[in-house]
Amino acid sequence: MFRIVDHPIDVAAVAAAVRHPGAGAVLVFEGVGRDNAEGRAVRSLAYEAWPEVAEREMAAIGAEAAARWPGARVAIVHRTGPVAIGEPSVVIAVSAPHRGEAYDASRWAIDTLKQRVPVWKKELYDDGAAWIANKGPDGSP
Amino acid sequence: MRVSVRLFATLREARGAELIEVELPEGTTAAGAFAALFDLPGLRVGYAVNAAFVSPDTPLAEGDELALLPPLGGG
Repeated sequence: MFRIVDHPIDVAAVAAAVRHPGAGAVLVFEGVGRDNAEGRAVRSLAYEAWPEVAEREMAAIGAEAAARWPGARVAIVHRTGPVAIGEPSVVIAVSAPHRGEAYDASRWAIDTLKQRVPVWKKELYDDGAAWIANKGPDGSP
Repeated sequence: MRVSVRLFATLREARGAELIEVELPEGTTAAGAFAALFDLPGLRVGYAVNAAFVSPDTPLAEGDELALLPPLGGG
Protein backbone atom coordinates (compact mmCIF):
# COMPACT_ATOMS: atom_id res chain seq x y z
CA MET A 1 0.00 0.00 0.00
CA PHE A 2 1.67 3.21 -1.20
CA ARG A 3 -0.90 5.97 -1.54
CA ILE A 4 -1.45 9.70 -1.62
CA VAL A 5 -4.91 10.42 -0.21
CA ASP A 6 -6.91 13.58 0.31
CA HIS A 7 -8.86 12.39 3.34
CA PRO A 8 -7.99 11.34 6.91
CA ILE A 9 -5.62 8.39 6.98
CA ASP A 10 -6.99 5.04 8.21
CA VAL A 11 -4.03 4.18 10.40
CA ALA A 12 -5.28 0.68 11.22
CA ALA A 13 -5.59 -0.12 7.52
CA VAL A 14 -1.96 0.87 6.89
CA ALA A 15 -0.83 -1.41 9.74
CA ALA A 16 -3.05 -4.21 8.45
CA ALA A 17 -1.34 -3.95 5.07
CA VAL A 18 1.95 -5.20 6.57
CA ARG A 19 0.66 -7.48 9.33
CA HIS A 20 1.10 -11.20 8.64
CA PRO A 21 1.77 -14.37 10.63
CA GLY A 22 5.53 -14.32 9.93
CA ALA A 23 5.99 -10.81 11.34
CA GLY A 24 7.00 -10.75 14.98
CA ALA A 25 7.17 -6.97 15.01
CA VAL A 26 4.79 -4.37 13.61
CA LEU A 27 5.70 -0.68 13.93
CA VAL A 28 3.53 2.25 12.97
CA PHE A 29 5.06 5.71 12.55
CA GLU A 30 2.68 8.66 12.38
CA GLY A 31 3.98 12.06 11.29
CA VAL A 32 1.60 14.38 13.13
CA GLY A 33 0.90 18.07 12.69
CA ARG A 34 2.57 19.90 15.56
CA ASP A 35 1.30 23.10 17.13
CA ASN A 36 4.60 24.97 17.04
CA ALA A 37 7.64 25.39 14.84
CA GLU A 38 10.68 27.68 15.16
CA GLY A 39 9.01 29.56 18.01
CA ARG A 40 5.78 30.25 16.12
CA ALA A 41 2.35 28.89 16.90
CA VAL A 42 1.15 26.76 14.00
CA ARG A 43 -2.64 26.75 13.59
CA SER A 44 -2.90 24.17 10.81
CA LEU A 45 -1.01 22.58 7.95
CA ALA A 46 -1.61 22.03 4.26
CA TYR A 47 0.13 19.46 2.10
CA GLU A 48 0.55 19.25 -1.67
CA ALA A 49 1.94 16.35 -3.70
CA TRP A 50 2.83 15.22 -7.19
CA PRO A 51 0.73 12.11 -6.70
CA GLU A 52 1.93 9.74 -9.43
CA VAL A 53 5.60 10.34 -8.73
CA ALA A 54 5.11 10.41 -4.96
CA GLU A 55 3.40 7.00 -5.02
CA ARG A 56 6.12 5.65 -7.28
CA GLU A 57 8.86 6.91 -4.94
CA MET A 58 7.07 5.57 -1.85
CA ALA A 59 6.78 2.17 -3.52
CA ALA A 60 10.49 2.30 -4.37
CA ILE A 61 11.29 3.08 -0.73
CA GLY A 62 9.20 0.06 0.27
CA ALA A 63 11.02 -2.17 -2.21
CA GLU A 64 14.43 -0.93 -1.10
CA ALA A 65 13.55 -1.53 2.55
CA ALA A 66 12.49 -5.09 1.77
CA ALA A 67 15.80 -5.65 0.00
CA ARG A 68 17.90 -4.15 2.84
CA TRP A 69 16.01 -5.84 5.67
CA PRO A 70 14.92 -9.25 4.40
CA GLY A 71 11.43 -10.10 5.55
CA ALA A 72 10.45 -6.47 6.09
CA ARG A 73 7.17 -5.21 4.65
CA VAL A 74 6.36 -1.51 4.33
CA ALA A 75 3.19 0.48 3.70
CA ILE A 76 3.12 4.27 3.35
CA VAL A 77 0.17 6.65 3.08
CA HIS A 78 0.63 10.43 2.87
CA ARG A 79 -2.22 12.88 3.06
CA THR A 80 -2.71 16.04 1.01
CA GLY A 81 -4.91 19.06 1.58
CA PRO A 82 -5.62 20.68 4.95
CA VAL A 83 -4.36 18.76 8.00
CA ALA A 84 -5.33 19.79 11.52
CA ILE A 85 -2.86 19.93 14.39
CA GLY A 86 -2.76 16.51 15.99
CA GLU A 87 -3.78 14.68 12.83
CA PRO A 88 -1.36 12.38 10.97
CA SER A 89 -0.04 13.69 7.67
CA VAL A 90 1.90 10.50 6.95
CA VAL A 91 1.69 6.94 8.24
CA ILE A 92 4.46 4.41 7.66
CA ALA A 93 3.79 0.85 8.82
CA VAL A 94 6.66 -1.64 8.89
CA SER A 95 6.62 -5.29 9.82
CA ALA A 96 9.54 -7.69 10.09
CA PRO A 97 10.28 -11.07 11.61
CA HIS A 98 12.14 -9.34 14.46
CA ARG A 99 12.02 -5.90 16.02
CA GLY A 100 15.61 -4.88 15.15
CA GLU A 101 14.88 -4.84 11.43
CA ALA A 102 11.51 -3.20 11.97
CA TYR A 103 12.99 -0.29 13.97
CA ASP A 104 15.81 0.22 11.47
CA ALA A 105 13.56 0.02 8.40
CA SER A 106 10.98 2.33 9.95
CA ARG A 107 13.55 5.03 10.76
CA TRP A 108 15.18 4.72 7.33
CA ALA A 109 11.82 4.91 5.53
CA ILE A 110 10.70 8.20 7.08
CA ASP A 111 14.17 9.75 6.72
CA THR A 112 14.27 8.72 3.06
CA LEU A 113 10.69 9.85 2.35
CA LYS A 114 11.58 13.32 3.58
CA GLN A 115 14.43 13.54 1.06
CA ARG A 116 12.85 11.87 -1.98
CA VAL A 117 9.07 12.00 -2.12
CA PRO A 118 7.56 15.02 -3.93
CA VAL A 119 5.34 16.40 -1.19
CA TRP A 120 5.28 20.00 0.08
CA LYS A 121 4.14 21.36 3.45
CA LYS A 122 2.63 24.75 4.25
CA GLU A 123 2.35 25.99 7.85
CA LEU A 124 -0.52 28.36 8.59
CA TYR A 125 -0.06 30.91 11.39
CA ASP A 126 -2.32 33.57 12.86
CA ASP A 127 -0.53 36.18 10.76
CA GLY A 128 0.37 34.38 7.54
CA ALA A 129 1.65 31.12 6.10
CA ALA A 130 4.91 29.66 4.81
CA TRP A 131 6.09 26.71 2.76
CA ILE A 132 8.50 24.75 4.97
CA ALA A 133 11.43 22.69 3.67
CA ASN A 134 12.68 19.55 5.35
CA LYS A 135 16.20 19.73 6.69
CA GLY A 136 18.91 17.81 4.83
CA PRO A 137 20.07 14.37 5.97
CA ASP A 138 22.77 16.01 8.08
CA GLY A 139 20.31 18.43 9.67
CA SER A 140 21.25 21.34 7.44
CA PRO A 141 18.54 23.50 5.87
CA MET B 1 11.13 24.62 -28.60
CA ARG B 2 7.81 24.15 -26.83
CA VAL B 3 8.01 22.70 -23.32
CA SER B 4 5.36 22.25 -20.65
CA VAL B 5 6.32 23.11 -17.08
CA ARG B 6 4.65 21.56 -14.04
CA LEU B 7 4.65 23.78 -10.95
CA PHE B 8 4.15 23.03 -7.27
CA ALA B 9 3.80 24.83 -3.95
CA THR B 10 5.40 28.27 -3.89
CA LEU B 11 6.07 28.23 -7.65
CA ARG B 12 2.47 27.23 -8.42
CA GLU B 13 1.26 30.09 -6.23
CA ALA B 14 3.67 32.55 -7.84
CA ARG B 15 2.49 31.69 -11.35
CA GLY B 16 -1.15 30.95 -10.53
CA ALA B 17 -1.09 27.68 -12.48
CA GLU B 18 -0.12 24.01 -12.06
CA LEU B 19 0.97 23.51 -15.67
CA ILE B 20 2.16 26.08 -18.20
CA GLU B 21 3.32 25.93 -21.82
CA VAL B 22 6.47 27.89 -22.67
CA GLU B 23 8.70 28.59 -25.65
CA LEU B 24 12.39 28.23 -24.86
CA PRO B 25 15.56 28.42 -26.96
CA GLU B 26 16.92 25.09 -28.23
CA GLY B 27 19.39 23.63 -25.76
CA THR B 28 17.88 25.29 -22.69
CA THR B 29 18.66 23.22 -19.60
CA ALA B 30 16.31 22.48 -16.72
CA ALA B 31 18.06 25.10 -14.58
CA GLY B 32 18.04 27.53 -17.47
CA ALA B 33 14.28 27.13 -17.81
CA PHE B 34 13.79 27.82 -14.09
CA ALA B 35 15.92 30.97 -14.33
CA ALA B 36 14.00 32.12 -17.40
CA LEU B 37 10.63 31.67 -15.70
CA PHE B 38 11.31 32.81 -12.14
CA ASP B 39 13.54 35.43 -10.53
CA LEU B 40 14.22 33.32 -7.44
CA PRO B 41 17.97 32.67 -7.47
CA GLY B 42 17.98 31.69 -3.78
CA LEU B 43 15.42 28.90 -4.18
CA ARG B 44 17.00 25.46 -4.45
CA VAL B 45 14.71 23.58 -6.80
CA GLY B 46 14.85 20.00 -7.98
CA TYR B 47 14.06 19.00 -11.53
CA ALA B 48 12.22 16.22 -13.30
CA VAL B 49 11.80 15.73 -17.03
CA ASN B 50 8.95 13.49 -18.13
CA ALA B 51 8.58 12.35 -14.50
CA ALA B 52 12.20 11.28 -14.07
CA PHE B 53 14.46 13.23 -11.69
CA VAL B 54 17.32 14.91 -13.54
CA SER B 55 20.34 17.10 -12.83
CA PRO B 56 20.03 20.87 -13.30
CA ASP B 57 22.20 20.90 -16.42
CA THR B 58 20.02 18.43 -18.32
CA PRO B 59 19.07 19.86 -21.72
CA LEU B 60 15.37 19.96 -22.59
CA ALA B 61 13.84 18.80 -25.86
CA GLU B 62 10.72 19.75 -27.81
CA GLY B 63 7.63 18.38 -26.11
CA ASP B 64 9.28 17.60 -22.78
CA GLU B 65 7.42 18.10 -19.52
CA LEU B 66 9.70 19.80 -17.01
CA ALA B 67 8.68 19.72 -13.35
CA LEU B 68 10.13 22.32 -10.98
CA LEU B 69 10.26 20.96 -7.43
CA PRO B 70 10.69 23.41 -4.55
CA PRO B 71 12.43 22.09 -1.41
CA LEU B 72 10.52 19.03 -0.22
CA GLY B 73 8.36 19.08 2.90
CA GLY B 74 6.81 15.63 3.07
CA GLY B 75 6.51 13.52 6.18
